Amino acid sequence: MDRLIIAGKEFNSRLFLGTGKFSSNQMMSEAIATSGSELVTVALKRMDFRNPQHLMLRSLIDSGVNLLPNTSGVRNAEEAIFAARLAREALQTNWLKLEIHPDPRYLLPDPIETLKATEVLAKEGFIILPYINADPVLCKRLEDVGTSAVMPLAAPIGSNQGLQTRAMLEIIIAESNVPVIIDAGIGAPSHAAQAMEMGADAVLVNTAIAIAGDPVRMAEAFRWAVASGRMARMAQLPKTMREAQASSPLTSFLN
Amino acid sequence: MSFYDLFHQYPLEKVKKLIYNSTLTQVQEAMASRELSMADFAALISPAASSLLENMAQKSQQKTLSRFGNTMQMYVPMYLSNECQNICTYCGFSYDNKIARIRLSDAQILQEAEIIKSYGYDHVLLVTGEANRTVGIDYIEHAVRILRPHFSNISIEVQPMEEEEYVRLHDAGVYAVLVYQETYTEEKYKLHHPKGKKSNFQYRIETPERLGKAGIHKIGLGVLLGLEDWRIDSFYCALHLSYLRKKYWKTKFSLSFPRLRPASNVPLHDQLISDRELVQLICAWRLFDENLELSISTRESDTFRDNIISLGITSISAGSKTNPGGYAAEPEALEQFEISDDRSPQEIAEMIRSKGYEPVWKDWEHTSATI
Repeated sequence: MDRLIIAGKEFNSRLFLGTGKFSSNQMMSEAIATSGSELVTVALKRMDFRNPQHLMLRSLIDSGVNLLPNTSGVRNAEEAIFAARLAREALQTNWLKLEIHPDPRYLLPDPIETLKATEVLAKEGFIILPYINADPVLCKRLEDVGTSAVMPLAAPIGSNQGLQTRAMLEIIIAESNVPVIIDAGIGAPSHAAQAMEMGADAVLVNTAIAIAGDPVRMAEAFRWAVASGRMARMAQLPKTMREAQASSPLTSFLN
Repeated sequence: MSFYDLFHQYPLEKVKKLIYNSTLTQVQEAMASRELSMADFAALISPAASSLLENMAQKSQQKTLSRFGNTMQMYVPMYLSNECQNICTYCGFSYDNKIARIRLSDAQILQEAEIIKSYGYDHVLLVTGEANRTVGIDYIEHAVRILRPHFSNISIEVQPMEEEEYVRLHDAGVYAVLVYQETYTEEKYKLHHPKGKKSNFQYRIETPERLGKAGIHKIGLGVLLGLEDWRIDSFYCALHLSYLRKKYWKTKFSLSFPRLRPASNVPLHDQLISDRELVQLICAWRLFDENLELSISTRESDTFRDNIISLGITSISAGSKTNPGGYAAEPEALEQFEISDDRSPQEIAEMIRSKGYEPVWKDWEHTSATI
C-alpha cells in the first residue's frame, strides 16, 4: 500500500486542505469529507480557544480529521514560537504548519525567520511543516535543524497560478530527505495532478476549493486528481522526448 | 522623500484634469491591466467610468472573493470619550457644540466591553475625540490594557500621536490605528478644521508614516466623503497608500468610506457623494489593490449595506453606538454621527450568511511575548 508517512504518522490521502475562505462551516466540513483528506490546517488566529463551543473548531474536531494549526499572521520567529506553544497547549498537538510572512500583500514566507523558528521548535519536540519559498538550499538547511517536511510554494498563495516554480520544485523533490508537500498556488485539479506526477509527496489546497462554485464537487475533483497523479508517478511516466520514437523499433531483430 | 514632499509633486489642478479628462478607452485599459498605475486609478474614479460600473462591480467581486474568500470580518466601535478641543465643522463632537461631555471610567469601559462581548464580538475599535489633557496617551494606553484580556484584536481611532507614543500603544496591544486625512485639499483643510491641533494639515498627513515607523500592524486610511471633491481626495489617498505600502512593506492597510451624514447641530456640506458614486469608488479601490481591507460602517443604510457586501467590502460593523457609554445606555451623551443601519449584530450576521458569506468574529491572536 502506497502510504505517505510524515514523522512516523501514516496518511492514506495525499491531499491536505486549508480551512479558510469557505462560506460556512457546513460547507467546509462537507468539502473535507468528500476530499478524503486526513489533515487540515487551521489558522490559530481564527480560533476562539476561550470558547470550546467555537463552531469551526467543533465541526473539525467532530469530523475526526487531524488538525494542523498554522501560525498565519506572525511576522517573525519570536512571534511564531509564541504562537506554536499556544497552539500546542490549546489543541493538544505538537504538529505545526510554520508560516512566517512579514509581508501582508503577497504573504511570502521569510526564510531567515523560518529557519530560526524551526531550529528552536524542533528542539522542543514540535513536528514542523514549514511554508517556504521554492528554495532548494533552504530545504536542506531546514533538514539540518530538524524539520519533518517542507512545504514549498508553487505560486503566490491564493493566486491559482499553478506550478510556477517548477524548476526549483524538481530540485527540491530530487534532493529531499523529508516529505515535500507543495503548498500555495495550486488552482486546479490538473495542477495538483502535475505536482504528484512530478514526485511531490502531497499537496495542500485551499482557495481553489473554498471559492469554487461548488466547493464539495471541487474537493472530490482534487481527490481523484491527486490519487491519479500519484498513481501515474508510481507507474513510472515515460520520459518526454523531442523526437518521435517508433513503437516497433527497426533494429529489434538484432536482439 | 516624505509623503508630504511627494504630495506636492501632484498639484491639485493637474490631478483634477487627469481625473476629469479620462476617456472611456482609458477606463477600459485600466480595467484590463494587472498592475494599476495612478493614472489608471484616476480613470476608474472618473465620471467616464460610470457607464462601466456593472463591469467594475463584477471584477471587484471576483478579485475580492479570490483574495478574501466567502468571509466578512465583524467589528464594532466603542466610544471612550466625546471630549474634544478641535473645531471641525462637520463633527458632532466639535468643541463649539454645547453638548454633554463624557469620559468613561474603568468600570464603565468594562461594562461596555461586557455588552459588546455578549453580541459575539472579539474585535473592537476604540474611539475618542482629541483632548490631550484628559484623554491623552496615558488614558488610551490604560484603556487598551484593561481591555486586552477581553478582546483578541483592538484597534483605535484617536488623535494623531508621536512615533514613541504609537510604540507604547503597540506594546500595550493595539493592532491597528485608523487615521483619516478627512481631506487632502490642503487649501480648504483649514476651513473645515479652524481650531485645535487637528488644524495642522502637515502633522496629520504625516501620521501614517509615524505609524509605519512604530511598527503598528495595520494602518487605516480614508477621506471624509462629502467634504471636498471625493474623486480628487480619493486620488491623493491612493497615492498615499502606494507610497506607504512600498515603504512599510510589513504593514497591512485598510480603507474606510465615511460619508458625511447629519450630526447634531451640524449643517450638511454640498459635495455629497451618491450611492452610485460610492459603489464606483469602492470597486475602483478593489481593482487598484486586491489586498486592501475595505470597511463599511453603520452610517450607511440597510439596503445599501446588504447589497454592497458582495461587491468588494471585507469588514463591516453592526449594532454600533457612537456615543460614549452607548451600549450600557447613556442617553445624555450625544452621538458623533447618526446611525442609519440600526439592526443588531445577530441580524447583520444572519443577513451576511444569507448572502453566502461566513461572518468572522475573530481573526487575530496576540503572539507577542512582550504582552
